[in-house]
Amino acid sequence: MNPTIITTIVSLSGMGAVAAIILYFVAQKFKVETDPRIDDVEDVLPATNCGGCGFPGCRAFAEALVKSPDISDLHCPVGGNDVMKQVGAILGAEVAEKDPYVAIVKCSGSFEHRKKTNVYDGAPNCTIASMLYGGDTGCAYGCVGLGECVDSCDFEAMYMDENTGLPVVLEDKCTACNACVKACPKDIMELWPKGRKGKRIYVACMNEEKGGVAKKNCAVACTGCEKCIDECKYDAIVIENSLSYIDGEKCKLCRKCVDVCKTHSILEINFPPPKDRPPKDRPDRKLARTKKETEKIETVDTGKSIEALPDISPNENADSSNENDKSE
Amino acid sequence: MFMLLINRLKTFSKGGIHPPEDKYSADKAIEILPLPANVKVPISQHIGIPAVPVVERGEHVKTGQVIAKTGGFVSANIHASASGKIAKISEEMDTSGYRRMTIMIRVDKEEEWVEGIDTSNTLVKDITFTREEILQKILEGGIVGMGGATFPSHIKLNIPRGKKADVLIINGVECEPYLTSDHRLMLEKSEELIIGIKILMKALGVERAIVGIENNKTDAISKLADLTNADSSISIAPLKVQYPQGGEKQLIKALIDREVPSGGLPIDVGTVVHNVGTTYAVYEAVQKNKPLIERIVTVTGKSIKNPSNLLVRIGTPVSDLIEAAGGLPDDTGKVISGGPMMGKAIDDLSIPVTKGTSGILILPEQESVRNKSKVCIRCSKCISVCPMGLEPFYLMTVTQRGNYEEAEENRILDCIECGSCAYICPSNRELLDYIRLGKSNVTNIIRARERV
Repeated sequence: MNPTIITTIVSLSGMGAVAAIILYFVAQKFKVETDPRIDDVEDVLPATNCGGCGFPGCRAFAEALVKSPDISDLHCPVGGNDVMKQVGAILGAEVAEKDPYVAIVKCSGSFEHRKKTNVYDGAPNCTIASMLYGGDTGCAYGCVGLGECVDSCDFEAMYMDENTGLPVVLEDKCTACNACVKACPKDIMELWPKGRKGKRIYVACMNEEKGGVAKKNCAVACTGCEKCIDECKYDAIVIENSLSYIDGEKCKLCRKCVDVCKTHSILEINFPPPKDRPPKDRPDRKLARTKKETEKIETVDTGKSIEALPDISPNENADSSNENDKSE
Repeated sequence: MFMLLINRLKTFSKGGIHPPEDKYSADKAIEILPLPANVKVPISQHIGIPAVPVVERGEHVKTGQVIAKTGGFVSANIHASASGKIAKISEEMDTSGYRRMTIMIRVDKEEEWVEGIDTSNTLVKDITFTREEILQKILEGGIVGMGGATFPSHIKLNIPRGKKADVLIINGVECEPYLTSDHRLMLEKSEELIIGIKILMKALGVERAIVGIENNKTDAISKLADLTNADSSISIAPLKVQYPQGGEKQLIKALIDREVPSGGLPIDVGTVVHNVGTTYAVYEAVQKNKPLIERIVTVTGKSIKNPSNLLVRIGTPVSDLIEAAGGLPDDTGKVISGGPMMGKAIDDLSIPVTKGTSGILILPEQESVRNKSKVCIRCSKCISVCPMGLEPFYLMTVTQRGNYEEAEENRILDCIECGSCAYICPSNRELLDYIRLGKSNVTNIIRARERV
């Protein structure tokens, strides 16, 4: 064999061995002590690095879990109670059980209900569009429909429905990591208690305009008529700025508000279809009053232009609906 | 010889573009638009805090009466632009694209002005007021920057302690294609303009003023030069046609070769810039007691029948202006408030003219469609045209990735949103859209940091 090769191999191996010995001692000298439990906890965590826990990634959350004396406030929304129990077992600490949450879309203004008034051809980004103007429909509070929430989802738990123009949350995949809530410039997404068997009731509208204006722009807008408040026995509903909001924690899922909502802006999810559920409110009064309204709703349902509806100024409509409520 | 002269014309040093000028209404004299049936006056027509309404529904107001008072330091008074009854105070659509508080006046048949306002055309030459009185009149008159930024003028004239201005710059550049309102103003109101400049000089305490005008308005240049021949304190400077020369920082660089530092204001380099429209409004407010209730708006477009320059009251619906210019053409694709470079498309023709509306541009369908955005080909054209020396493609990329620290380090807040990068990009990338998003997020982050 060529002696040059032999000398090269021997000298390089020698240098390698010397370097290895030096490095070994340096590593011993400058060793960083880490709690081995951090690695154990990190192994249990789902490793999605979604940030849903409020920490920048699973490693940071694992460190926080190991270092905090009380971990009952910390929760991994992706892993849920199962993962937190395992974490509790490793650390020998108490973990609080939390009800699972799911993201909901608080807008039901689909193409059918909310007519387009203009065309947007700027950058396909919801925040950019809403910095520019109120949106391509008459409603400045509703979904922009460019899918920033879908892009933000790390779990493929959302998609844009092409028929409605609204995002859809797949509740089996949704981990309630909060990414879509942060992404939406119109604050349409919200985390909601999953409820018994996934049942939930919420107001799918964000429109804060007066009833008449809201309804003119969207057939399923909340008009702030306060009927749902009157029905609710559990004080779960508040109305602010002509917009109803159901407190998901207080709601007992009795579905009474769903029945009285004229514009169908209160949605019930995962309930069996109504079988023979007669409207429980006094029919005599209701029939006498709603002849005009029934006509209006029919016009909308047949898909004719919403502009054909009688033009009601905001004040008149808001006043009349308030009067109706008082008369009841 | 002529070429030599062109070559010597000053301009700013970095970047810039030269889009087709298309100034169809340049030789159309200013026409006065008749009063509309209703005027809708938004309470927020300026940058800063919205004004606070001081009138109530049903009340009768005279032209020039204050209907909303300043809401804070960075704010401006709003005046009734016509006499009549307050029909409603409600939320109406305006150029922001959102419904905002607006005062609607049902206009009287016989107009009634507030006493003390001089509505005649006589020229008031003598400036008898002190500096404080001038500032007070500008504040009361609700004067804001009329070039489009609508920054309240009295703030610009209140020089912060420890700083000093030595030269006043008057912006008659009008570098946006299509628009001609400043051009016509300089031609038809030149004498008033000169007095306005003198008022501003007195308010600032400076001895020198330079009017920067692009060389495509030679008639305005020669007219103003004739008027100021005898006066050595005001000089007229012809400039090479280059967009965005009307930007404050670019104009300062072009005229006096000073560079405003990053994050700084013109006063940091000893100057203050005012638009010619603002200067004229200052003349009217100080010499004639007339608040800012009307402005010149160019209504123009390739297929519009009669491109014109109209003197309209604030609050007039855009549809009235288009009607006066021959109606909306059949091939309309977009109606833009402002110029083609920095203006904003509007989706409702009932929105009112505000203090910052310099033009209404009607683009035909084939010109208004945005081409599909493709991948960046690294041609670096955006970098070479950026007048602020930024890297637009990079700012867009870091914004898309949410890396706002990097965006801030690369001076995203220096962007003047002139749109040169998006104009030149061969891949039709939405550069400015994303830079605006980045700017807004970086501003929020900085504010949050300051709070902590």
